[in-house]
Amino acid sequence: MPGALNRKLFRDLLHMRGQVIAVALVVACGVASFVLLRNTYRSLLATKTSYYYEYRFADVFAQAKRVPKWIIPRIAEIPGVAVVQPRIVSLVTVDFPNVEQPASGLMISIPEKRTQMLNDLHIEMGRYIEPGKRDEIIISTSLADRNGFKPGDSISAVINGKWTRLQIVGTALSPEYIYEIRPGDLFPDNKHFGVIWISIEALESAFNMEGAFNDLTISLSPGANEQKVITMLDAILKEYGGLGAYGRADQTSNYFIVNELAELQVSGTIIPAIFLGVTAFLIHLVLSRLVRTQRDQIAVLKAFGFSNSTIGWHFLKLALLVVSGGIALGTLVGWYFGLQLTELYTEFFRFPLLEYDMSGQVLLIASLITFGAASIGALSAVNKAVSLPPAEAMRPEAPASFQASLLERLGLQRFLPLSIRIIVRNLERNVVKAVLTIFGISLSVALLIVGFYFFDAIDQIIQIQFKTVFREDATVFFNEPRPARTRYEIMSLPGVIKSEPYRIVPARLRNGHRSRRTALLGIDPNGELQRLVDKDFNIYRLPPDGLILTTTLGESLGVRPGDILTVEVLEGERPVLQIPVADLVNEVLGMSAYMSLQSLNRLLQEGGTISGARLMVDDAQASKLYGQLKLTPGVGGVLIPGSILENFNETLARTMGTSTAVIVLFAAIIAFGMVYNGARISLSERGRELASLRVLGFTKREISVMLLGEQAILTLLAVPTGYLLGFGLCYLLTTSIDTEMIRLPLVISGKTYALTFLIIVCAAILSGLLVTWRLRSLDLIEVLKTRE
Amino acid sequence: MNQPILNESQIGRTGEVVFRARGLSKVYRLGEVDVYALRSVDLDLYEGEFVVLLGPSGSGKSTLLNILGGLDAPTSGEVIFRDHNLIQADDRELTQFRREHVGFVFQFYNLIPSLTALENVELVTEIAKNPLSPQKALEMVNLSERLHHFPAQLSGGEQQRVAIARAIAKRPDVLLCDEPTGALDYPTGKLVLEVLQQVNQELGTTTAVITHNAAIAGMADRVIRLRSGQIIEIHRNETRLAPADLSW
Ligand SMILES: Nc1ncnc2c1ncn2[C@@H]1O[C@H](COP(=O)(O)OP(=O)(O)O)[C@@H](O)[C@H]1O
Ligand SMILES: [Mg+2]
Repeated sequence: MPGALNRKLFRDLLHMRGQVIAVALVVACGVASFVLLRNTYRSLLATKTSYYYEYRFADVFAQAKRVPKWIIPRIAEIPGVAVVQPRIVSLVTVDFPNVEQPASGLMISIPEKRTQMLNDLHIEMGRYIEPGKRDEIIISTSLADRNGFKPGDSISAVINGKWTRLQIVGTALSPEYIYEIRPGDLFPDNKHFGVIWISIEALESAFNMEGAFNDLTISLSPGANEQKVITMLDAILKEYGGLGAYGRADQTSNYFIVNELAELQVSGTIIPAIFLGVTAFLIHLVLSRLVRTQRDQIAVLKAFGFSNSTIGWHFLKLALLVVSGGIALGTLVGWYFGLQLTELYTEFFRFPLLEYDMSGQVLLIASLITFGAASIGALSAVNKAVSLPPAEAMRPEAPASFQASLLERLGLQRFLPLSIRIIVRNLERNVVKAVLTIFGISLSVALLIVGFYFFDAIDQIIQIQFKTVFREDATVFFNEPRPARTRYEIMSLPGVIKSEPYRIVPARLRNGHRSRRTALLGIDPNGELQRLVDKDFNIYRLPPDGLILTTTLGESLGVRPGDILTVEVLEGERPVLQIPVADLVNEVLGMSAYMSLQSLNRLLQEGGTISGARLMVDDAQASKLYGQLKLTPGVGGVLIPGSILENFNETLARTMGTSTAVIVLFAAIIAFGMVYNGARISLSERGRELASLRVLGFTKREISVMLLGEQAILTLLAVPTGYLLGFGLCYLLTTSIDTEMIRLPLVISGKTYALTFLIIVCAAILSGLLVTWRLRSLDLIEVLKTRE
Repeated sequence: MNQPILNESQIGRTGEVVFRARGLSKVYRLGEVDVYALRSVDLDLYEGEFVVLLGPSGSGKSTLLNILGGLDAPTSGEVIFRDHNLIQADDRELTQFRREHVGFVFQFYNLIPSLTALENVELVTEIAKNPLSPQKALEMVNLSERLHHFPAQLSGGEQQRVAIARAIAKRPDVLLCDEPTGALDYPTGKLVLEVLQQVNQELGTTTAVITHNAAIAGMADRVIRLRSGQIIEIHRNETRLAPADLSW
């Protein structure tokens, strides 16, 4: 290619720097969101995998009542079993200084001397326990963080019926408790619950477990058949009160992580796809318009004898240069924000390590899509221009033939000032262009809606979960199921205004070959403190008989209302029951199974036994109540919804909030780039007209109104279409992000619509100001010298 | 159209000075070289006169006219329009000046393509203080039949006449025309010149017309010749010829 043409390329880029920057920014945002979300997902997956590997996360887990140690060799002989690690695990009541309410701790035994164990600890602060020191404990980092504990502090726990002082010597992370919740809960409340590791000797004597254990973790050798191992293990543990072994898939923490990552995978695929699609469309639009404004130059080049392919290549290079800049910037920004977001997630998941990797494949895909879109956009415009004979191409495109606009044909022209008539006729003259511009801006509006939607979804979940489902002030739960009279004892406690007892029983639900470990929750159908609420806020009343499953659980088991489920109760006499499914309820969270409390008690033939109660508490007497509960034997602890919400806000909400904020930022930049380019191209298309008006004595303000009025109308028209598109994209997201843990409710708040509108208006005003600033330097004489 | 030859008493050459330009220079810096578009030009334009500016391409005609019309600023020198000092005026004041006092006609008509002939004129009458009616202005350029045509539906000559109508509709003090016939064929060019002549006569608008066609000089009161940014001759015609009597 001739050097002169390259110089032209360079000067063109320089001359159109505003637009070049705007297009590059749009590309950058599309690529950045893609790189960011894909990187975060892949990195977290890699991090989880190596965390599990390096800290030897077990493959099979089992709990039982009391298993003699001599049975261990028999378990080790099961084909496929690599390492067997017996433990003593017990949920105990603890008393944290500074915490008003009684709390609970999951005590897990560890060897006195540090060895390579399964589910190994990563000591964050302090040290491992010392041999012979039975009062030394290591607590989970979350527990320490939420309560401000440090090595050297001490806590009390009820061990063997006696309050015992325990010394914190360290804090640790474990791959087994990444998501650290009390069995049966949905959200962590690490102010009132946490894992406590203590020497095996201490627990053996305290829980009368000498020569025995009640918990087993097993790692499998490569290629082992997990299901077979579980079946054989269950057979061995049956006579020792085994509760049914399970694999990683049913392990609580891993289950949540997998779901979290699945959600991230979907949003990390769909959102970047939307972004890149939108970006591709915008580049196509912008570049084809940009090339069209150079029609006359194309004609001149042709007249000079440059071949079509030379000219095509010239403009393609222009497009590719702009896009390359965007890709480079987007990759850097995406890489950086991806690292930040991954770090935030590792903090949320409490991964002790971080594997951040960026795959070349991600970059390649992003580049191909954007390059492709840019090339098609530029080439189709160039193609149109070069296919005309030069002489014709030097004339302005499409004879500027106008007609009276529709409004005027309706006889309304008297009400239309000339400036408006110019705008309306321009829009009507090139309806396709107007529609494309509107569509382009609509897409960026839609992206903003999608971004803000995540805030709405989280908010809605909080609203449903903490304001509609759980309305108690506190939940008290017991270490063991308690007899009916406890109901009255609770009512007589100070400050209890209302008490709604509940029963929770661990169980395995079975339908043919499908089964899920969960718990049956018996609650009062007329209860006010815990209710069943579907994702559209409809309150659902429990029927007197039969099971109510969440839709996710029902679907996972493949049951429908009317079907009979086999329920293996994993407690007490461990009866196996056949219970009809009364209905499914579409709750936002979890895989729960509900029954009326009465009917659950009846099925278990246990009178009025309860596991705990949801309480409405008189604020003035709350301290007194909690103080007394702390002293009441058998009380496992208290859960405070407010504290759970706080935990939720500090972790998940913050993590999701950050990624959402980044997405919103990108969407806002894309919106700006789109609106600005529209105005800027319009300026170059109509520069001559505007200069003529200036010569006639129109002020800058007056011509700005004429130029920007058109953009304003297009932008305003794009808002409602964008809202619709955004709603559609959100719908797409809710149907795709449908993990077992969470169902996103399809609610878009007025705030989202309003904020989106505000951002679009700001983008429009900002680009308007920038274009007006360009208008200042509109060279009247230069424009008038040349022929149209 | 056969206009009577006008004699001097009928035009305002003894009238007041409309423009007084002194020591006007315009220098373009192109890298290391200074291009002098105008070199210390002194010029007065009188009320109601018809002036033709002649000179080869690049001699500074457009530059001079653009400075007089408030579209451009000289590098040095001064321009007084009646009691306005154009050199000290800022952009807002220059815009106001053009809006109230100046009508421009260019080689390329620069009509607003999305407005009809009538609307193109209305555009100006809407913002002028004491305008002609748009219909009247178009009547003066003999375009009463084409009021609702869009520029694309008009011939070059018709478009130029709309441009003239648009320029005169505000009853400007001066009408500045930069090669108004440059893009037109011979008969159409003549028609346009006749319109200019007629406007000058009927409205008494001071008119300056740039051309490099010496034959047109015959219809002027005064002919100003430029070369290399300097006025080399000012010639006063004893009699003004009607455009119909010009030939080239
Ligand atoms: N924007 C500009 N930059 C540099 N030189 C210019 C510019 N405009 C005009 N000139 C130069 O000024 C001189 C006078 O130009 P102009 O007034 O347009 O001449 P005319 O109208 O008589 O043909 C020419 O030499 C021209 O090249
Ligand atoms: Mg000129």
